[in-house]
Amino acid sequence: MPKYIRLAAEGAAWADDRFTAVPDEESLPPGDVIVSLKRFLAEGDALQAEGREVGVRIAASEEIEDLAYDLPRLPVVTVVCPKFSDGRAYTTASLLRERYGYKGEVRAVGDVLREQAGFMVRCGFDAFEPADGSTPEQWTQATRRFRHVYQRAADHRPPAFEERQAQDKAAEAAEVKSHAV
Amino acid sequence: MYRYDALDKEFLADRVSEFRHQVTRRLAGEITEDQFKPLRLMNGLYLQLHAYMLRIAIPYGTLNPAQLRKLAEVARTYDKGYGHFTTRTNLQFHWIKLRDAPDILASLAEVDLHAIQTSGNCIRNTTADPYAGATAEELDDPRVWAEVIRQWSTLHPEFSFLPRKFKIAVTASVKDRTAARTHDIGLALRRGRDGALGFEVMVGGGLGRSPHIGSTIREHLPAGRLLSYLQAILRVYNRHGRRDNKFKARVKILVASLGAEEFGRQVEAEWAQIDPASADLPDTELARIRGFFAPAGFEVLPAVSAKLEAAKAADPALARFLRNNVHPHKASGYAIVDIALKTPGETPGDATAEQMETVADLAERYSQGEARVTHEQNLVLPHVRLDDLPAVHEALKAVGLASANANLISDIIACPGLDYCALANARAIPIAQHIAQRFADQDVAEDIGELKIKISGCINACGHHHVGHIGILGVDKKGEEFYQLTLGGSGAEDAEVGKILGPAIHASRVTDAIDDLVAVYLRERQPGERFLDTYRRTGIAPFKEAVYAEVH
Repeated sequence: MPKYIRLAAEGAAWADDRFTAVPDEESLPPGDVIVSLKRFLAEGDALQAEGREVGVRIAASEEIEDLAYDLPRLPVVTVVCPKFSDGRAYTTASLLRERYGYKGEVRAVGDVLREQAGFMVRCGFDAFEPADGSTPEQWTQATRRFRHVYQRAADHRPPAFEERQAQDKAAEAAEVKSHAV
Repeated sequence: MYRYDALDKEFLADRVSEFRHQVTRRLAGEITEDQFKPLRLMNGLYLQLHAYMLRIAIPYGTLNPAQLRKLAEVARTYDKGYGHFTTRTNLQFHWIKLRDAPDILASLAEVDLHAIQTSGNCIRNTTADPYAGATAEELDDPRVWAEVIRQWSTLHPEFSFLPRKFKIAVTASVKDRTAARTHDIGLALRRGRDGALGFEVMVGGGLGRSPHIGSTIREHLPAGRLLSYLQAILRVYNRHGRRDNKFKARVKILVASLGAEEFGRQVEAEWAQIDPASADLPDTELARIRGFFAPAGFEVLPAVSAKLEAAKAADPALARFLRNNVHPHKASGYAIVDIALKTPGETPGDATAEQMETVADLAERYSQGEARVTHEQNLVLPHVRLDDLPAVHEALKAVGLASANANLISDIIACPGLDYCALANARAIPIAQHIAQRFADQDVAEDIGELKIKISGCINACGHHHVGHIGILGVDKKGEEFYQLTLGGSGAEDAEVGKILGPAIHASRVTDAIDDLVAVYLRERQPGERFLDTYRRTGIAPFKEAVYAEVH
């Protein structure tokens, strides 16, 4: 079974890929599949009725809005990065998580490099098929490179201004305590 | 000014160690130049004609003495003893070795300086009015908002791989010293009818190959909603900006093709769906940042300084400096001082290590510890007491920085051009030097008055030639340097793209042509008119005739 990198609280690790990603021009193999948005819109209901799990592949130029209604029944959405410099995938992932509250897997495929790890994880990607041969260890390392972040994002890390507020509150509490003593 | 706390410092330290790791991998041959290129570009490191160039961010152009001294130290230790201030208010070192770059960044981090987002298709260094906190014209301190944008845009996860680079400027005065309408986003603070603070949001300005003046898509955005609105604009651009052709990828092309109204409608539709509670900055953080920019403690001083008046009467050079380089301050008895990095014969924007140290000393002693960089490649001491002006002038003179030519014909913006840059078609610096020398007579320059000449060595327009009162663009004609002249541009509140005067002329004729243009102005002008005003009244014809007369 092919492998991909899956992110978990304790770090990234290899996971078995039970889905077969099927190009539009190929006929469907048995089992769980990932198909294009176009194919899903045409055949998705029928495929799910067969009892298989179906994921959807979103091209960079496609709008995630077109899939909004179907999201609750999708186990995985793969987002294609045609080139590492094409940043549309980051908006797609952010909308999936923040606007639509999507809880399934969001997987990056295409020109996916470990240097993007930090940005991708912050936008809500939790699965990766890297194109540069990088390992889960390297992805874990890349996502932990910065102790602080400056803005709210889909990963819910507290940004610097929230950390500052928390520090101030802790300092106040300590002061109150010292006065009490 | 804003002071980094432990969080900001730890963030920078993490960035430095990340880059050190990447350089080590490159030097060891573990990654190729192709793989390394996007990484070094994210840290402001370009490979140019002769060496690496390192571009250091100077957020909203504000520097403290320690930072200036550190830049001087880097110039001496790792470069040839000088640096180049750019039209983005950044500082570039042009003679850097790759193996030194991590040490340089570590050294800069000691004084809270870095090179983050000084290149790449991301949100670049945000600029603000260089007179912020000092001019009586402003409604609010634009640096507060520029700092808010700096933090928000730093390694923004969604907007670090945009179709193209993205530049934001913030102004709070009617007189625009930031060229806001030539930015991807220009923000102008305004008071609404109810007195509430808000932004006029201008989008889609830009120079480069196809110059555009930004369009207002919102007259009055409540100030506290700034970040969510920026997010909406960036999101529309990130999704729909062109990625098939890098010359059509700036937001100005998207705005022009959709029309400003439709672009604005899409932004508003996206904005309506963004949750303010998660996207806008909490008031407590805004207040924290605002606290750093609280008005400096100004003494109560008389509006006229007897000491200064006496010195002025005795020293014509000081009097000239005061006329051209010194501007009114909001506090009585203080002034704003422009330091022109435009000594005729020198490279516009260049400063030696010694000059940086002198400005550091002056900022410390006479300007409440602050210096600014302007997009016109000059420096500013924002808070100088009138009594101290003679001493400041003397000290500047001693290091060759007392040129009294701010906003005059020899205060020329020029990109590095073919002397340094791999993209250039022609040289820009020697042209600037030649023009400045022709008009070195200061009485003549003062008589001509405000005249902004801007020179770019290629159509990428880093020298902002489109918005020069006179713009000069270098073109290559069969291996020879030719220059195309444009007239009537402006980057200020009356922003306009200049019109092409006629066929490009040979390098040897450029200075004479400028002479011809100035002669037409002096002949045609009416009382009180600047060069730009006369041009707008007469149109291009008399100027064209003068320059091309001998050809006919």
